[in-house]
Amino acid sequence: MDYLYFPGCTLYTKAKNLDQTARNCSLLLGFELKELPNWTCCGATFPLATDNIMALLPPSRILARARQEGTTLTTLCAICFNVIKRTNRLIQNDGEKREKINNFIEMNYQGDLRVLHYLEILKQEIGFPQIKERVRKPLAGLKAAAYYGCMLLRPFDEMGFDDKERPTLFEEFLEAMGAEPVDFPYKIECCGSFQSVGSPEVATECGYKILGSAIKNGAEVVVSTCPMCTFNIDHKQSDIKQKYLDFKSIPVLYFTQLLGMAMGLDYQTLGFEQNFVDPLPLLKEKGFI
Amino acid sequence: MKENGKFIKRAMVIGGGIAGISASIDIGNAGYDVVLVEKLPSIGGRMLQLSETFPTLDCAQCTLTPKTVETGQHPHIKLLTYSEVDRVEGKAGNFTVKIRRKAAYVDWEKCTGCGLCQEKCPSKKPSEFDRGMGMGKAIYTLSPQAVPNKPVINPSNCRYFLEKKCRVCEKVCPVGAIDYEQQDRFVEERVGAIITAVGIDLIPKETFGEYGYGTIPDVIDGLAFERLNSASGPTTGAIRRPSDGKVPKEVVFIQCTGSRDPERYMPYCSRVCCMYTAKHARLYKHKVHDGQAYIFYMDIRSTGKGYEEFIQQGMEEEGILYLRGRVSRIFRDDGRVVVWGVDTLTGKKVEISADMVVLATAIIPQGGTKGLAQKLGINTDEYGFFTEAERKLRPVETNVEGIYLAGCAQGPKDIADAVAHANGAASKVQGLFAKH
Repeated sequence: MDYLYFPGCTLYTKAKNLDQTARNCSLLLGFELKELPNWTCCGATFPLATDNIMALLPPSRILARARQEGTTLTTLCAICFNVIKRTNRLIQNDGEKREKINNFIEMNYQGDLRVLHYLEILKQEIGFPQIKERVRKPLAGLKAAAYYGCMLLRPFDEMGFDDKERPTLFEEFLEAMGAEPVDFPYKIECCGSFQSVGSPEVATECGYKILGSAIKNGAEVVVSTCPMCTFNIDHKQSDIKQKYLDFKSIPVLYFTQLLGMAMGLDYQTLGFEQNFVDPLPLLKEKGFI
Repeated sequence: MKENGKFIKRAMVIGGGIAGISASIDIGNAGYDVVLVEKLPSIGGRMLQLSETFPTLDCAQCTLTPKTVETGQHPHIKLLTYSEVDRVEGKAGNFTVKIRRKAAYVDWEKCTGCGLCQEKCPSKKPSEFDRGMGMGKAIYTLSPQAVPNKPVINPSNCRYFLEKKCRVCEKVCPVGAIDYEQQDRFVEERVGAIITAVGIDLIPKETFGEYGYGTIPDVIDGLAFERLNSASGPTTGAIRRPSDGKVPKEVVFIQCTGSRDPERYMPYCSRVCCMYTAKHARLYKHKVHDGQAYIFYMDIRSTGKGYEEFIQQGMEEEGILYLRGRVSRIFRDDGRVVVWGVDTLTGKKVEISADMVVLATAIIPQGGTKGLAQKLGINTDEYGFFTEAERKLRPVETNVEGIYLAGCAQGPKDIADAVAHANGAASKVQGLFAKH
């Protein structure tokens, strides 16, 4: 079964490696990510003002178009996932808003699309045991910290992704890869998000705490699902280092890069050159490449 | 049995906590016979677990024990402990109650309460009575002053029941009271009125994901702190944290854990937590002079006599730091318990790296309350508390004549209010009996 795929803007620029590896891994797992035609920006934030219909239109248009193509839509970026899933839920449950939105976008969408994150596809549709069977090079001995961030999980009752306070889905994924998941208290904390533009010191502090906590708990690598988080905790590590002298850098990988590596894809196709902190020395030391 | 025509002037009290005890003594003192049914091996209820009581800070057991002893020796009170109500039939003046007397595996007629079996029993498991703060034996009484002072065997913890060996208690018992073959049995009691005083539980700390789902050993609930602080408790009253036995130097208390939280847990106020948390913090300061106690609160509800003064004394004289705000997360870091909260008076985030956290978890009805209500034909509210006949003017009556409520089974109460409620229920019973 193929899945409709909404990449989102970042996946074509800063997070090409997330996009490419996910597409390649899908093929190995026997399905294709069918890119949605004519997709637009998801809007990037779910509006908190209840009367802000305008901000709901981009995700609504995406959903309405996707429904014409199929029944299940998947995304990789945690922010796109958050915006699209919450909009879908709103259209499902709020008749008045649904009508307004449909009038605006001149389409008729009833909210009957399944919106799944790629990790959910892997768990619910493919199954971690089945993925484990496809692993050619188990990531044995790799101490990996699963970093969820907030967008996959919050608000809890709307996202329904996993246990609200102690999710384990991401760790189960890492175990299927043969890696050793590292539990750390900051795994569901915010990365600082867009604060990195207006108040960069806030995001730097978040990154320092998240990565510091992962390292303290024995992580050799931090695994992320989200281009925004990755920007703050990978690309910004030079800023963190500048501000916090005791900070030691740590590679941050997308979960699909690990998946590709474990399933035996050539490491040169995994886009490691886009990772700010070079993971190759660690991966070589571990004997994975 | 006093009978006047067909109306039986004999009462049953279900639940042997402070409310049930108070009601039983009142009715007994009025000259009527009382059957007191308690599901645990001895009476005393939750109060028996407490260390000291607010606002006087006197020892709970010292004030309670004379009452339990009086109950045990009262010529008009018949104690049926380790027993539960199975079926209720009839109406006011003529109830027939079938009671399950649980197998204690000890012949209480023979047992002298010498305690040798408990001393020699080799099986140790975390004690439920001590809220997991200490170990308990498979053959046990709830306290050294238990009334009645007769032990029971917990088969799920006993080596003989689990592995068919051991039988140490049988060997050491000087009077041959151990009886592994004992079965539950049923007795019937006929009474004219019933008071239900079955009491409360706490919402389990495992409920709270934000506070670690009960997986952090140094995050305990209020009753566990009572046991830690109790002279008869597992640490003989020394404040030591469960993970490593160290004396905690920074303790965070969190009020309203699960109370006043309509979206996620219980919407109601549990009524006693403001006071017992202040008491906990003060008792902690009395024992750990260089320790710091922090209390996160939403509001301080200290409406009883002498209560506000008690809180103020804690703030002003004992240096307890009150922070108005909620705690969003607790996690373990390097053996310490990190608490993230907010102080809404300064608008600042607060992070405390504490040694121990005490959750004032919400009061909920005992698990069997709904089932008992069905047997009695009375109502419970949506949370499982018994419903009184009228909220303001008939607070101890139910919609069934001859059945009355006492204590926390009707709603959260402190000891003084529970006793007053029980006194009210007892006088209703006396009035009913006097009328016929």
